[in-house]
Amino acid sequence: MKKLLNAFVPTLGALVVLAGSATTAGQQPPPTVRTGEPAAPRPAAPSLARPASPTKAPDAAGFLQRWLVLEPIKVPGQLTQSVVQALVAKEYFPNQFTVVPHDGDKVNVADESLTWHALDTAGYNLNLFHFAYALNKPTSNVLFWAVTVVDAPRDMTNVRLAIGSNAASIWWLNGQEVIGLYNDRQAVIDDGVSKRVTLKKGPNVIRAAIVNAGGATDFCARFIDGNDAPIRTIVVNLKANGPER
Amino acid sequence: MTPRLLAAALLLLGRPVLALDGDPALHDPSTVIQADGKFYVYATGGGLPVAASDDGWTWHRAGSLMQAVPGGKPGADVTARGGNNTWAPDIIHIGDKYFLYYSAPGAQPKSAIGLLVGKTLDPTSPDYKWEDAGPVVWSDGVEDSNAIDPGVLRDPANGTLWLTYGSYFGYIRLVELDPRTGKRLHPERKPINVAINSEASVMIAHEGWYYLLVTHGSCCAGGNSSYNIRMGRARQVTGPFLDNMGVDMLQGGGKLFAGASGRHVGPGHFGLLDLGNGVQKFSCHYEADLDRGGISVLDIRPLLWRDGWPVAGDNVTAGTYEIESARTGTALEMAVQGVPVSGGRGRGLGAPGGPAGGAGRGGPVGAPGATGRVAGPPPAPIPAQEAAALIGGWPFGPTDARLSPYLLQAQQKWSLTPVTNAGGYPGSPYFKITVAGTDRALAATSDAELTVLPAFTGGPEQLWRIDQLTDGTYRLMPKAVPNTTATLALSAVGSSTPTLSAFRADSDRHRWLLKTP
Repeated sequence: MKKLLNAFVPTLGALVVLAGSATTAGQQPPPTVRTGEPAAPRPAAPSLARPASPTKAPDAAGFLQRWLVLEPIKVPGQLTQSVVQALVAKEYFPNQFTVVPHDGDKVNVADESLTWHALDTAGYNLNLFHFAYALNKPTSNVLFWAVTVVDAPRDMTNVRLAIGSNAASIWWLNGQEVIGLYNDRQAVIDDGVSKRVTLKKGPNVIRAAIVNAGGATDFCARFIDGNDAPIRTIVVNLKANGPER
Repeated sequence: MTPRLLAAALLLLGRPVLALDGDPALHDPSTVIQADGKFYVYATGGGLPVAASDDGWTWHRAGSLMQAVPGGKPGADVTARGGNNTWAPDIIHIGDKYFLYYSAPGAQPKSAIGLLVGKTLDPTSPDYKWEDAGPVVWSDGVEDSNAIDPGVLRDPANGTLWLTYGSYFGYIRLVELDPRTGKRLHPERKPINVAINSEASVMIAHEGWYYLLVTHGSCCAGGNSSYNIRMGRARQVTGPFLDNMGVDMLQGGGKLFAGASGRHVGPGHFGLLDLGNGVQKFSCHYEADLDRGGISVLDIRPLLWRDGWPVAGDNVTAGTYEIESARTGTALEMAVQGVPVSGGRGRGLGAPGGPAGGAGRGGPVGAPGATGRVAGPPPAPIPAQEAAALIGGWPFGPTDARLSPYLLQAQQKWSLTPVTNAGGYPGSPYFKITVAGTDRALAATSDAELTVLPAFTGGPEQLWRIDQLTDGTYRLMPKAVPNTTATLALSAVGSSTPTLSAFRADSDRHRWLLKTP
């Protein structure tokens, strides 16, 4: 319950106003969409913004702060290794393991149209709860897909992708699965760390599937070098892999 | 497995870890010294016996030191001041010289300490010889001193060189030496008394303190020897050396550092073996090793520091452990899906007669599940999770290793087993690390990562060096990592991710706790 509350507190004030009823500690947020009624608009996620620059350097600690995130896909909220692996292996939309989407692209998943959003996060992490809640989308029992592209100035060997996620997640670098974290967990910096990999000169695609069962959900990611120090010489460039359509 | 083979295997598993391997039988050892990749130690006996080791674990006799001294015995000046015996040496390397100090007692307390100077410790080197540099200090048989048991310190703060010596009769004394010659720097000055009622003194320096370690009790009586190592510390090299209760060692003070333990009686003759990178060991002899018929043997053990005092650590012994990262608090496990050790129980228990568990946070206030267990028979114990019950569901081939919160699960418990005839390192043999109850062995991969192999086959990438560090945590290093000559250590690069990387003493990444599950 603490987990849910932590995520919920930042938006509590807005919720009280919008939903018209107070929420007490320990309760689930009220349903966001009632059958037959249009969803009430919500304020933009406080920690997220649309990108306003062509590229974005990692923050001082090397965290990647620009991502393309697909609106959540409803899934069973189980987080064990075998369940998550099976969940993520399922094809939800075409080219889900290869596509580098653009802001506003749409995919159909189980007759629901879901949109990719380009997002800059103000923090080291990207708060998926903020993201989904602001869109009146579910935050529990969901699968998020996130993609970003980093431009490396040269071939960089013996580096590692280092991530934290709430909750389970699987990560790919340039199409290769490099990290799998399972079970309920909080987003801890450098929780899952890939084996030593090479960032090739030019664009490199990082893809993540994050599964949340309930409460807060977020992720963070950075690259670290052979001395475990953050890499800041790369830039996020969502157009590095191709021009905007 | 036949009953006879099974009995042999059980005997092997139950065999205690010996105080070193090979032929470590000696008494009054010098400081263990490293030279050209080998370890040497010198001891009491005719001609000063030499023991050598390629790895610090397996030792062999290498003749006597006096074989390389002109005349084959102490010089006349030494024997005239003391006697013909050759006991209890100590050694130090300064510049291109080795200074070896040895005891030459006659009718004690008439004794002398002589100096030998050499350029190499390698008996096979053409440069191997020891020059007699004569007596350094002596006692005339009447004064309050018995000039034996030298211990030498190079002060890291300023490069000065100091010698302590003495044995029970009178004082432990301190004189300053000339680092260029090894002889006394100010022979006209009176030696400084620093302790009484002890012998086998030596000083070490640590973080602005000087520690005087001596041996109390009686030696040379096998299992009836009360030898034990004690210590005091001072801010000045000249003392006063006070123990943990403020008692001056000149008045008999001395905090216990090491006494009899396990199968070993009578530790004495402390020596510091600093392996660098935050790894320190100490050497001593035991008056009686019960696993070797009660003879006196050399041992090397971890040296820890706690609250400003050195602490005698113990080498790792065979057993089953949780291997927990000091950085992340997560535990090493074979990367298989864990099975909870029990069903999904909540905070309370179910109603009488109903199923235990499944209550989550409990029902409404006042219901049994929310307020605690209702009257009834106590719940049955939950047995420890064993690999045998789960191994059928585990993958057959090599499996990743990872870190996870410790949940008492089978894939998180590791057996550490010393491997015979596979070599070792100062104080210990190599270990295999297997998932408890299985032969699935932790190993280094060719890309300096970790894997759990289906079975232990004895390769160097499956043999582990386990050093206890000065803070009591452990460093784990494979004997070899394929495709590299680098020495790498187990590292928690992430909360869920172990790897192998160059050891850094300033980081908790490479520090591990071994906990008994």
